[in-house]
Amino acid sequence: MTDQLKTAEPGPGGNPPVRAGLSPRKKQQISRAVQYVILVAVAVAAVLLIDWASLAQNFAKPEVAQESLPELFTVALKNTLIYSVGGFVFAFLLGLVLALMRLSPVRPYRWLALVYIEIFRGLPALLIFLMILFLPLALPGFEVPGGTYGQGILGLTIVGAAYMAETLRAGLQAVPKGQMEAARSLGMSYGRAMITIIIPQAVRIVIPPTTNQFVALLKDSSLVLFLGVSGEYVELTKFGNDLASTHANATPILVVGVTYLLVTIPLGYLASRLERRQGKGR
Amino acid sequence: MIPVRHAVEIRDLHKSFGELQVLKGIDFTVDPGQVVCVIGPSGSGKSTLLRCVNLLEQPTSGMVVVEGLELTDRDADLDAARRRVGMVFQQFNLFPHMTVLENVTIAQRRVLKRGKAEAERVARDNLDRVGLADKAGSYPAQLSGGQQQRAAIARALAMNPALMLFDEPTSALDPELVGDVLTVMRKLAEEGMTMLVVTHEMAFARDVADRVVFMDGGVIVEDGPAAQVIGAPQHERTKSFLRRVLDPTHTDV
Ligand SMILES: Nc1ncnc2c1ncn2[C@@H]1O[C@H](COP(=O)(O)OP(=O)(O)OP(=O)(O)O)[C@@H](O)[C@H]1O
Ligand SMILES: [Mg+2]
Repeated sequence: MTDQLKTAEPGPGGNPPVRAGLSPRKKQQISRAVQYVILVAVAVAAVLLIDWASLAQNFAKPEVAQESLPELFTVALKNTLIYSVGGFVFAFLLGLVLALMRLSPVRPYRWLALVYIEIFRGLPALLIFLMILFLPLALPGFEVPGGTYGQGILGLTIVGAAYMAETLRAGLQAVPKGQMEAARSLGMSYGRAMITIIIPQAVRIVIPPTTNQFVALLKDSSLVLFLGVSGEYVELTKFGNDLASTHANATPILVVGVTYLLVTIPLGYLASRLERRQGKGR
Repeated sequence: MIPVRHAVEIRDLHKSFGELQVLKGIDFTVDPGQVVCVIGPSGSGKSTLLRCVNLLEQPTSGMVVVEGLELTDRDADLDAARRRVGMVFQQFNLFPHMTVLENVTIAQRRVLKRGKAEAERVARDNLDRVGLADKAGSYPAQLSGGQQQRAAIARALAMNPALMLFDEPTSALDPELVGDVLTVMRKLAEEGMTMLVVTHEMAFARDVADRVVFMDGGVIVEDGPAAQVIGAPQHERTKSFLRRVLDPTHTDV
């Protein structure tokens, strides 16, 4: 190998750039060496400075981890899935209605949908859950149907629908205009064309981003904690929190974290695979 | 109303997009069984005219009567009227999430409320007509452009239209696939279908059309038998357009 700038293209002026000092390749080698040195230094510091025994005692105590079974799966994970799947389904439906309203020729519909989306995308999810908690105070006699599950699912629906609406609107708009025209030219009404031709294609387009939104909802389902749920209604985070308090030990938090990852990481991969496949298909 | 019932009757049709006047007073008729080709330079309003015939585009003013029904009447049932008018697009516009068979049956089932068996029988008959009997189970993406366009023709025919509109049906095709589509269209014309065809295929217009309409700048410049409009045009604009189309390498720029 030589140090000549073989690959460098002459600039627009025609003169090859003048090289000052080290070649780009040499610079890159040095930069990489520095990065490795930093990495090793941090690792050594971690090994020396952290009290590993105490950390293991607090975060990975096998007895405590064992204690969490089988409720970790039969109650906590099950409830997390109930809250998030329920929230996802209703958020999808409400999101679809909002997306169709956003594209409606009726101006007040466009307005209402926009107001909803802007408000609920702009608020912290936790605030929504607190609102649901205080709802009975504001509306005496009102009760969310479905009890605790209903409350949790309602909170996730309100939050998820705002995001889902924007995703679905983009999906609906990504369906080529000619599809609607072809459907109308066959005598289909606007609604019929939407249902049989446009929405099915839009849903296909938004599967990857909605998979990611499901992951987001799954994580937000931890906010159910603030609804004061207990017993058979606890989901993963509340479950881990309770167990950690009982044992004055952080192991359950780690266990619960791993359980979340068991679901979220495969879903994340699924989403990016679907996305790649779609990128090729169209 | 009018003693002779035309398949299509257009009176003083105007269409503007905002400030842009695209159609500036179009009058013409198509009689049942006639094949009329519309030719003209790009941007002259050919597609817009065709889309006004089935009200995919709302005319600014004027009258469109199809099969005796005035579509420009504000209370006309457009969905019902469009069932009687088939349309074939330059970009095919097949439904990509459905097989060819489903493409051809869906509107029969949902719009005409035909039963599954009947819809499939009609679909297979029409796929056979366009030479795609063996592609019923394929998805549009698995077909060539020419096959897709023939499937789109079958989809329109399955509704038993009284009139077929074609908007440059071969313009998006590779040259070697154009013939298949034109053959299907010629066969359709011979079977007596009423057709309004926007096309740049002069040979097709000359051989198949009963009448050729030359449009330029949003008006009809010349309207007459194919042999006359293409063979012996009267107007300078028609002549210069045909010179450019028929002999593209000798254009005076
Ligand atoms: N939806 C629309 N909004 C605004 N302008 C439009 C619209 N549709 C068509 N036009 C304009 O109307 C004019 C005529 O368009 P049209 O598609 O009817 O022409 P054409 O004769 O079919 O041309 P081509 O041979 O290129 O298809 C063009 O200037 C076009 O830009
Ligand atoms: Mg056109």
